[in-house]
Amino acid sequence: MLQDKDRIFTNLYGLQDYRLEAAKKRGAWNGTREMIEMGPEWIIQQVKDSGLRGRGGAGFPTGLKWSFMPKEVRDRPHYLVVNADESEPGTCKDREIMRHDPHLFIEGCLIASFAMKAHACYIYIRGEYIFEREQLQRAIDEAYEAKLIGKDNIHGWPFDLYLAHGAGAYICGEETALLESLEGKKGQPRLKPPFPAGAGLYGCPTTVNNVESIAVAPTILRRGAGWFKSFGRDNNAGTKLFCISGHVNKPCNVEEEMSIPLKTLLERHCGGVRGGWDNLKAVIPGGSSVRCLPKDICDDVLMDFDALREHKSGLGTAAVIVMDKSTDMVRAIARIAYFYKHESCGQCTPCREGTGWMWRVLTRMAEGDAEMWEIDKLLDVAGQIEGHTICALGDAAAWPIQGLIQHFRHEIEEKITNYRTGKPHVQVAAAE
Amino acid sequence: MASRKPATNQPASFQWSEENAKWCETQVAKFPDGRQASAVIPMLWRAQKQEGWISIPAMETIAKQLDMPYIRVYEVATFYTMFNLAPVGEFFVQLCGTTPCMLRGAEELKEVCREKIGPEMAINGKLSWLEVECLGACCNAPMAQINDYYYEDLTPENFGAILDKLQAGEHVEPGTQNPNRHTSDPEGENTTLTDESLYDGSMARPIDKLPNSEPAKTE
Repeated sequence: MLQDKDRIFTNLYGLQDYRLEAAKKRGAWNGTREMIEMGPEWIIQQVKDSGLRGRGGAGFPTGLKWSFMPKEVRDRPHYLVVNADESEPGTCKDREIMRHDPHLFIEGCLIASFAMKAHACYIYIRGEYIFEREQLQRAIDEAYEAKLIGKDNIHGWPFDLYLAHGAGAYICGEETALLESLEGKKGQPRLKPPFPAGAGLYGCPTTVNNVESIAVAPTILRRGAGWFKSFGRDNNAGTKLFCISGHVNKPCNVEEEMSIPLKTLLERHCGGVRGGWDNLKAVIPGGSSVRCLPKDICDDVLMDFDALREHKSGLGTAAVIVMDKSTDMVRAIARIAYFYKHESCGQCTPCREGTGWMWRVLTRMAEGDAEMWEIDKLLDVAGQIEGHTICALGDAAAWPIQGLIQHFRHEIEEKITNYRTGKPHVQVAAAE
Repeated sequence: MASRKPATNQPASFQWSEENAKWCETQVAKFPDGRQASAVIPMLWRAQKQEGWISIPAMETIAKQLDMPYIRVYEVATFYTMFNLAPVGEFFVQLCGTTPCMLRGAEELKEVCREKIGPEMAINGKLSWLEVECLGACCNAPMAQINDYYYEDLTPENFGAILDKLQAGEHVEPGTQNPNRHTSDPEGENTTLTDESLYDGSMARPIDKLPNSEPAKTE
């Protein structure tokens, strides 16, 4: 079991003061100058050695990502952009970092920017997080005041940190859509290549990282790559914030070690599944975009990137959505389908048209007002959207539906059968 | 989803308050020279804070200030769903209806809104409401954002009472409405972060030597 002394976010619940003095007492800004004196290569190597994989969903190794930036600054400045557009349904971890442990995060911004030779960093926070924005801005102001950051700060690396925000668009969590939005445009993803490390914000070399990935970096350097790597299985290192929502007795955010068994996670921190473990129907383990897992897989699955991938699901943002036996799976996934329809930016045809089509069909299926062959048609359409769009929103819209049909096809079939029973003359509207 | 079409009745003009005009300058100053368009979202947001919604004259004023074609600002204002293109209630209730909130009773809360306020986007006294997509407070589901802040761990009872109070002009403290929670901690006793030594200053002891910082120069 992960002990308190090995937790990075010691003010996760805001029970302590978030401000500078209290944050320093909890260990923030300790040894920052020494880290900077070790140089960018050392920092990147430590982050690589720690095995840290990006905490925003894709799980790309953070140190490797940092090393993609040009080694020398030439005609264009380098930027670090932090993705604080936390909008994946189920996910509410970065919010806690920003409102309760902002100084760890600000320190991380400085360290990461220095490692990538960026003198400016933009944090792009979702528009709805107004309290979090105010709180983080107060912390940034404090850090400027104390000369921890700024043009002539005590760490010797001129560095400006700016807080920018969105206005309610899930798609801006996609890194290139985020950059578009930060440039004052509609958030529509860019074609890659060029990748942001080559041409990102304002066409300059840019790295986009998740809040949690940035905020854990200083503690990794302080306590050592080996310390971080000692948690979790190989290739799935570290501690991780898990957000558990849905049908557990006590939903909560909690920092645990990677590769913790799902069942242990729910029973240790969340008071177990409502009505007991046997009342579990399914879990979406990584935010709404990943495929759900039925109970028999949940019994012994480990919460890490590789274990969940083996079951064709994913760790995503580690947002665990728990559903007990009272859940109507088809309606639950239909609501997710509505989310993707609402949030599709409209740029690519398969996603713009497909998300609405899938939602309409699933809504009918939730009532049972569908034909059996439509289940396979739905699966086929989901497969046509997956992989055929500029960004991963198309994939994210397809996966939950594929998961539903893979594991709960019988529930859809049951609804269709029951709907037909006793209604021999109902006409079926063709799928639009 | 709210209509993304601008309201039929538009005011004749838009004027920043003195304070907000100054504030706009601080936003533009965050971005490099020539990149002032980056301030468009914060400025639209501020205009909405000032007026309650975003009118076409407001978009045009901002377009001129930022030296952008009008259409680029219309495009942004109609793309992002937080921008209200028509007036809303003095207290605008944005109720999350996405699956994590739905699993914990958001649909009953929608009923409460319909009963106490009426159909979506209709203004009833001081209130209007809208079902929105995930607001990112899922461990405190179900929840709603009322104007700027989040009201969490709602039940039909406490939510109904909140709406009544707001309608009557009373203040309601944002945050979790569950007395046994602080923020997103588990209800009742916490299972983590109970070790006192995290907070006694021992974590701030100066670090003599960073781990793995032996000079690699010997290689």
